[in-house]
Amino acid sequence: MYTQGLDSLGKECVHTAAGDTAALEARFQGKVDADKKIEPKDWMPEAYRQTLIRQISQHAHSEIVGMLPEGNWISRAPTLRRKAVLIAKVQDEGGHGMYLYSAAETLGIEREQMLQQLLAGTAKYSSIFNYPTLTWADVGAIGWLVDGAAIMNQIPICRCSYGPYARAMVRICKEESFHQRQGFEIMLALARGTSEQQAMAQDALNRWWWPSIMMFGPSDTESKHTAQSMRWKIKRFTNDELRQKFIDITAPQAKFLGLRIPDPDLVWDEAGGHFKFGEIDWSEFQAVLKGNGPCNRERLEARRSAHENGRWVREAAAAHAEKQRARAQRVA
Amino acid sequence: MRMNTPMSNDWPLYEVFIRSRAGLEHKHVGSLHAADAAMAVEHARDVYTRRQEGVSIWVVRSNDIVASDPNDADALFEPARDKVYRHPTFYAIPDEVKNL
Repeated sequence: MYTQGLDSLGKECVHTAAGDTAALEARFQGKVDADKKIEPKDWMPEAYRQTLIRQISQHAHSEIVGMLPEGNWISRAPTLRRKAVLIAKVQDEGGHGMYLYSAAETLGIEREQMLQQLLAGTAKYSSIFNYPTLTWADVGAIGWLVDGAAIMNQIPICRCSYGPYARAMVRICKEESFHQRQGFEIMLALARGTSEQQAMAQDALNRWWWPSIMMFGPSDTESKHTAQSMRWKIKRFTNDELRQKFIDITAPQAKFLGLRIPDPDLVWDEAGGHFKFGEIDWSEFQAVLKGNGPCNRERLEARRSAHENGRWVREAAAAHAEKQRARAQRVA
Repeated sequence: MRMNTPMSNDWPLYEVFIRSRAGLEHKHVGSLHAADAAMAVEHARDVYTRRQEGVSIWVVRSNDIVASDPNDADALFEPARDKVYRHPTFYAIPDEVKNL
């Protein structure tokens, strides 16, 4: 059950001795190893809880901030059909944020608190959204590559050990498929268009390729959390495994579009059965993560002003609800 | 567990149940915040039924739900554990007996 309210039933503060904790941890790990789900009220190690809060809230923030680069093109979509599709997609991203905030709340953090962390700039979100959307082709490239990479990341999380996160991911993955396909369709239309349109598609691929493959996170040798997260079955594949899978399925799609992936070292390795690819510039990834990407400041400003501009609506709704409650009480 | 954080300005939390089509029961799908029940229904429509996932919505304040404690699950469900005779497969019936 997605709720904090259940805790008012008490029994929370039973003090456990150190020996009991070890037994509880062994039992917890046993459940995880047996592929049983952990649900909100079940005992879990504090570090597991904190890891999930961090990961799910970052994921939720990414969905919300992710609405901005694409929202930028709603008013300039080339046709009414494209516009309707883009609105639906951006609305989905908002919905995904809501599912994920709900899942995070089951771990004992309040929505308000997560929102404050985002607005204060202390919470992270996917660094991909700190890149600008300069042309309409970027909307296609985002759907095809960014949503494609997100799907690759998210499908294994549908089997995550934490029930509410896994269920939210199932719902999200069902919806993401449309996002990727509409993006590819935009790229296809451009790739089959005039030479200017083809150039636009190529330019978008040039700018989005490397940031997209960095979305899988640092290389396995650098990734701090991977081993523990895999033991807890929060994570099922390593960053490098997922990145390789993504490149293997995306390279032929680029070829179909007649576009060139901006990596001179990208080559099919017949013996290995995978594409080999060039060195990733991790200094760029780190810089964007630290707040020095092209749009970090703009994205947070947009979120803050949306929050401020919506304040009167929230206050009015609360006042209205209070008035209704008072009126109902008087009648009763 | 550190669950009971101090009250915030958040609107109350509602649990959402959706009937996906007539003939099926309402099923829990998630939760959301809303100022009141009417807003919770509208938000539930936008958050959980963007692709015609439902024909009916229930919302209920999370605080109003009373739940069993997972720590007590063993004791709570123990009475049913040794009563396999409640299942039809418990009874051995000769093959030649039909329609039973």
